[in-house]
Amino acid sequence: MSGDWARHLIIVPVLLPLVAGAAILLLKERHALAKRVAALGTATVLLGVSILLLVQVASAGFAGHRATTAYLVGDWPAPFGIVLVLDWLSALMLALTSTLGLTSLIYATARWDRAGPRFHSLFLFQLMGLNGAFLTGDLFNLFVFFEVLLAASFGLLLHGSGKARIKAALHYVAINVATSLLFLIGAALVYGVTGTLNMADLTDRIPAAGADDLAILQSGMAVLGIAFLVKAGMYPLGFWLSRTYSAAAPPVAALFAILSKVGVYALLRVYLLLFGGDDGGAANFGEEWLLFGGMATIVYGMIGVLAVRTLKRMAGYSLIISAGTLLAAVGAGQGDVLAGALFYLVSSTLGVSAFYLLIELIERREYDPLIAGEPVFDDEYAGAPDELETEVGVVIPATLAIIGGGFAFCALLIAGLPPLSGFISKFAMIDGLLNLGQTVPPTSWLLIALIIGSGLAILVATSRAGIDLIWGPSDMPTPALRVSEAVPVGLLLAVCLGLMVFAGPVMRYMERTGQSLADRKGYVEAVLRVSRTQARADRP
Amino acid sequence: MELVLALGIGILTSSGVWLILRPRTFQVILGLSLLSYAVNLFIYAIGRLKVDAPPIVGAVAGAASQYDDPLPQALVLTAIVISFAMTALLLVVLLASRGITGTDHVDGDDGE
Repeated sequence: MSGDWARHLIIVPVLLPLVAGAAILLLKERHALAKRVAALGTATVLLGVSILLLVQVASAGFAGHRATTAYLVGDWPAPFGIVLVLDWLSALMLALTSTLGLTSLIYATARWDRAGPRFHSLFLFQLMGLNGAFLTGDLFNLFVFFEVLLAASFGLLLHGSGKARIKAALHYVAINVATSLLFLIGAALVYGVTGTLNMADLTDRIPAAGADDLAILQSGMAVLGIAFLVKAGMYPLGFWLSRTYSAAAPPVAALFAILSKVGVYALLRVYLLLFGGDDGGAANFGEEWLLFGGMATIVYGMIGVLAVRTLKRMAGYSLIISAGTLLAAVGAGQGDVLAGALFYLVSSTLGVSAFYLLIELIERREYDPLIAGEPVFDDEYAGAPDELETEVGVVIPATLAIIGGGFAFCALLIAGLPPLSGFISKFAMIDGLLNLGQTVPPTSWLLIALIIGSGLAILVATSRAGIDLIWGPSDMPTPALRVSEAVPVGLLLAVCLGLMVFAGPVMRYMERTGQSLADRKGYVEAVLRVSRTQARADRP
Repeated sequence: MELVLALGIGILTSSGVWLILRPRTFQVILGLSLLSYAVNLFIYAIGRLKVDAPPIVGAVAGAASQYDDPLPQALVLTAIVISFAMTALLLVVLLASRGITGTDHVDGDDGE
């Protein structure tokens, strides 16, 4: 019975936020406390479930069993029905999402969740879209979950209203709707050649594609790749990212830190699964595009991070640098490079998320960015900021010391300086690049130089801004820091500290993740063959 | 029929691309709508064109060649619903932008 229960756990990260988000919608806006409690409870349960799933995968995998499990949502066998797949990579991404989800939500309860209506529902729908995108084993469902998370992100971006947000949202929505159309074109082309959209089935069929179909298949994949790269923010496609994220409310931006990683995840999953092998004419298609595009992205991010004058834009450009590093590492090679890159993904996402939260605490001294426009809906709660000033809550002493320390910690983490996890992950990536083959190709040297150089650029930029804003003399009053604002930042940084202390086990997990991504046959077997027998065995 | 469909998709796509590059928000929305129509037709066409062929197997099953491919139709249905919702949302953002900035330029100012 307990085994049966554990098997259904995989659907919880998708179903629970959907149900809870919809239920919260039914509550009136004035029941703010009930909404908060319900949303926080849901996010906590999500974190628990995703950690359970992570442990499940890791314990099965390290014990030598198959770690990849498929779940048939409608109990139809895999290539026909909808299938959710849990493996090393998706379990990792789920845990990362729920960590960011919980911390951003705790931060939002301090004041931001009352800057506009329906914040909690949108936030939970966003989590549902993210979790679904990480779990699905089907190209079209990936599209659907992308749309769910995008629709929620449009709402969240506009949360709090104001001119800057509406201007940024207009661009963001238009770009993403156009990108979704590209996604559809790519998926349709792939379907036209192979006759399937199930990723495992696609992996099976693509090597068998005839020479005539190869051009269509590759153009389909290229269009699909562009759609993913826009989300990831690759160089000529990522100009929207920094401005959009800096316009969003801080807890929203902190959650958005994982949004650009969804593009990287989709690329990792689809690209490695479909084109990672050595068989067939389609193998290793487009590898150099990822490598050079990623390197161009790092250069662009470096220039950006040095040029901008506000911390929020700086955080946006460091997100671009981390996306570029990941893309280039995926393009450069597999195996150990991939393991290092995945470590870097986790550590940089947590670091940038904490950075976005800290920035607001720092900049609040200068001006109050909480904007509440005219109410649009009848039940909208306008004028929240004035009322909130009276309920300060528990104020922590030595605010400036805490903020300054957190800022320095974040800067070291994002720049990748020892001894924090950012350094360990960059070191693992460089080590992997040097051990790829007998001789190290010049592109690898260039990439190593860029990885180190980008860290230097971030360090220069953050220390300049830090001296200016925190350690310099200022007439501004010291801001009041609430527990609910300090705790999430502390939690995020503590997770990063944990990654550093337990770097050995974490690295082993990342190595296994890299190996499982290369093991395409294992994925196909887990989804197609096993789920078929499982479906038959389950029938009475 | 193939020629008509191909021309239709082509004209819709080119008009759509032209419109989303225009500076007015309403033109961008129209362009995105036209593009989504083109994509819907394209997805449908990817399932091969067939006339008078049902997508569902009836009481007596025939050869597979007698039926239309049902999957692209299901995909188009999903895509229509999603693009409809996105257009509605974009319209709200358009109105908010017009109200707050006082102009219908996509950048929120006319540059004057």
